[in-house]
Amino acid sequence: MNHNNSIVKFENVVKVYHLGGIELPVLRGVSCEIQKGEHVAIMGPSGSGKTTMLNIMGCLDTVTSGKYFLEGKDISTLDDDQLSEIRSKKIGFIFQSYNLIPQLTVLENIEMPLFYQQVDEEKTREKAIELARMVGLGDRIKHRPSELSGGQQQRVAIARALMNDPILILADEPTGNLDSVSGKEIMKLLCELNEKGTTLIVVTHDPNVAKYSGRILKMLDGRISDEN
Amino acid sequence: MKINIAHLIRIVRHGWKNIWLHKLRSFLTVLGIVFGVASVIAMLAIGEGASYEARKMIESLGSNNIIIKSVKLPADAKSQQVSFLGVYGLTDRDLRKLETIPSVVRIIPAWEMEDDVWYYEKNISARVVGTLPDYKEIMNLSIKTGRFFDYTDLQNATPVAVIGSTVRTSLFPAEDPIGKTIKIKSSYFTIIGIAGEKIFTGASESFVAEDMNIAVYIPLTTTKLFFGEYEVKRGTGGFQSWERNWVQYHKFIIQVSETDKILTTASLISDILSQTHKKQDYQIIVPLELLRQAERTKRIFNIVLGSIAAISLIVGGIGIMNIMLAIVTERTREIGIRRAVGAKRRDIINQFLTESIILSASGGFIGILLGIAIPKAVTKFAGMMTLITPWSILLSFSISVAVGITFGLYPARKAAGLDPIQALRYE
Repeated sequence: MNHNNSIVKFENVVKVYHLGGIELPVLRGVSCEIQKGEHVAIMGPSGSGKTTMLNIMGCLDTVTSGKYFLEGKDISTLDDDQLSEIRSKKIGFIFQSYNLIPQLTVLENIEMPLFYQQVDEEKTREKAIELARMVGLGDRIKHRPSELSGGQQQRVAIARALMNDPILILADEPTGNLDSVSGKEIMKLLCELNEKGTTLIVVTHDPNVAKYSGRILKMLDGRISDEN
Repeated sequence: MKINIAHLIRIVRHGWKNIWLHKLRSFLTVLGIVFGVASVIAMLAIGEGASYEARKMIESLGSNNIIIKSVKLPADAKSQQVSFLGVYGLTDRDLRKLETIPSVVRIIPAWEMEDDVWYYEKNISARVVGTLPDYKEIMNLSIKTGRFFDYTDLQNATPVAVIGSTVRTSLFPAEDPIGKTIKIKSSYFTIIGIAGEKIFTGASESFVAEDMNIAVYIPLTTTKLFFGEYEVKRGTGGFQSWERNWVQYHKFIIQVSETDKILTTASLISDILSQTHKKQDYQIIVPLELLRQAERTKRIFNIVLGSIAAISLIVGGIGIMNIMLAIVTERTREIGIRRAVGAKRRDIINQFLTESIILSASGGFIGILLGIAIPKAVTKFAGMMTLITPWSILLSFSISVAVGITFGLYPARKAAGLDPIQALRYE
């Protein structure tokens, strides 16, 4: 495999949280590499460090030691503003609890990532409407999140994640709050995106979700225990 | 960093939306600012009005002048229950002596009496002033129509009169008074001029001014000839209680050569007069001193009301800070989401700071409306003059914005400082 195709590369990543003076190691030296266009599932029991790994990949969190390369660029040393910039331009997040802003409409929620890139309002709106249509919510753009079903809310979240044309979509238990039918639909949508070329990393403990992926990283006690 | 105006407008619009979402809460939050700003404007308007009035009044007395008034002592009043001729006040001798002071340019003496002025059936109780032609100039008296009497009138003691504006309106509501004849006691005077209106309010009446609009000016020689140097005051208990006093002059208006010399001249005058007037039957009024006193009063007034306004603005600011802290907690998750999709700390600060500025500025705006209404109401119901200056509106609005920034900064920084991961997990 070509080295230039590496999108996420962990080199002996250690993450330690300090909680009230107690050191809590969450990642104890993780090394892995994910290539452009891959669909990877990260599995493991709760507390195994899979969400922390995802947060570091998404530049929401930083490593305690070790190195993290995103598209070959070492980002372990970047400051808060630079990390925000990367999140803004390259990453799309999808959360278990959708994380839509309740007082904003569907359209405004989708538009949000481009707001912080200070993209022209008109262009932002056009793109948001297009994405809303793509996820099948073209007729709901004026609704508030509370007026939608869970599956619909997650579709809004996916549209929002696509707003900045990310190179990497990170989904943390994307179907965790959904019934199996909606869950399947969401996974289908995500797989479609992956087929179009976006790298997709899904954290889950559900084997039914993991089976869609091309590769599964199994986490246990802060280490990768198995890979297939 | 470039400033993107369109982006700024969007931030403000978003902020406004969030505030409008909780109308009642927002309104209650800004009440402190509303009252603070309103009281700043109202206080400045009332203070400005009062000082403007005082300044105009005192300027009308001439800031380069010193005025000496004859004062009847209360001790004399007692002994005059029965018809008795009292003697008090300023005399020719005083006039001659004071004229020798080098810094004195001129002295205009005036003899005055309060009496009814008649035109056929109409009458008005007015102040009859016998004086010199220079009186007009020294007192800044304007003449609306006709003329003031001159030295020829003075020399010939002609029976002419110049009337104040109030006298004119009550005796001649529809006629041209020039050339008409009015009657005072048993003498007739031809009106040759009408004085322009002079600002007068009852407020400062006690210490200096008389209403110059209810006056009739007559050459000093004429009053001496017709009325002598007596004043007769009507008592309450019939003829027996009438007072008769011999007064040569009721007033000297002394023009001083330079403003710097006013205070020394005033003390010189006091020295000279105290030698011949063992009983202090005179009063020295220095308009410049009064002007300074008025300024001092205004300053104290401003300090007192300014502190009240400052306190209510601080309390208002704390109210805003309090609600902003609550809002930040309430929207912790939103902050996490925004950070996750790429908002920098600065973006979060801007968002919350904008909201608190919008809050305080809208409070400021309502306060300005209220602050304009209050002085208008004061003028209408209390009859006090008020003056709303544009800079007081600008000042108070800037203060309200400054309050928003000052008290919004801490909550905004707190919001920006939140750990995005913790914030996303917040329930």
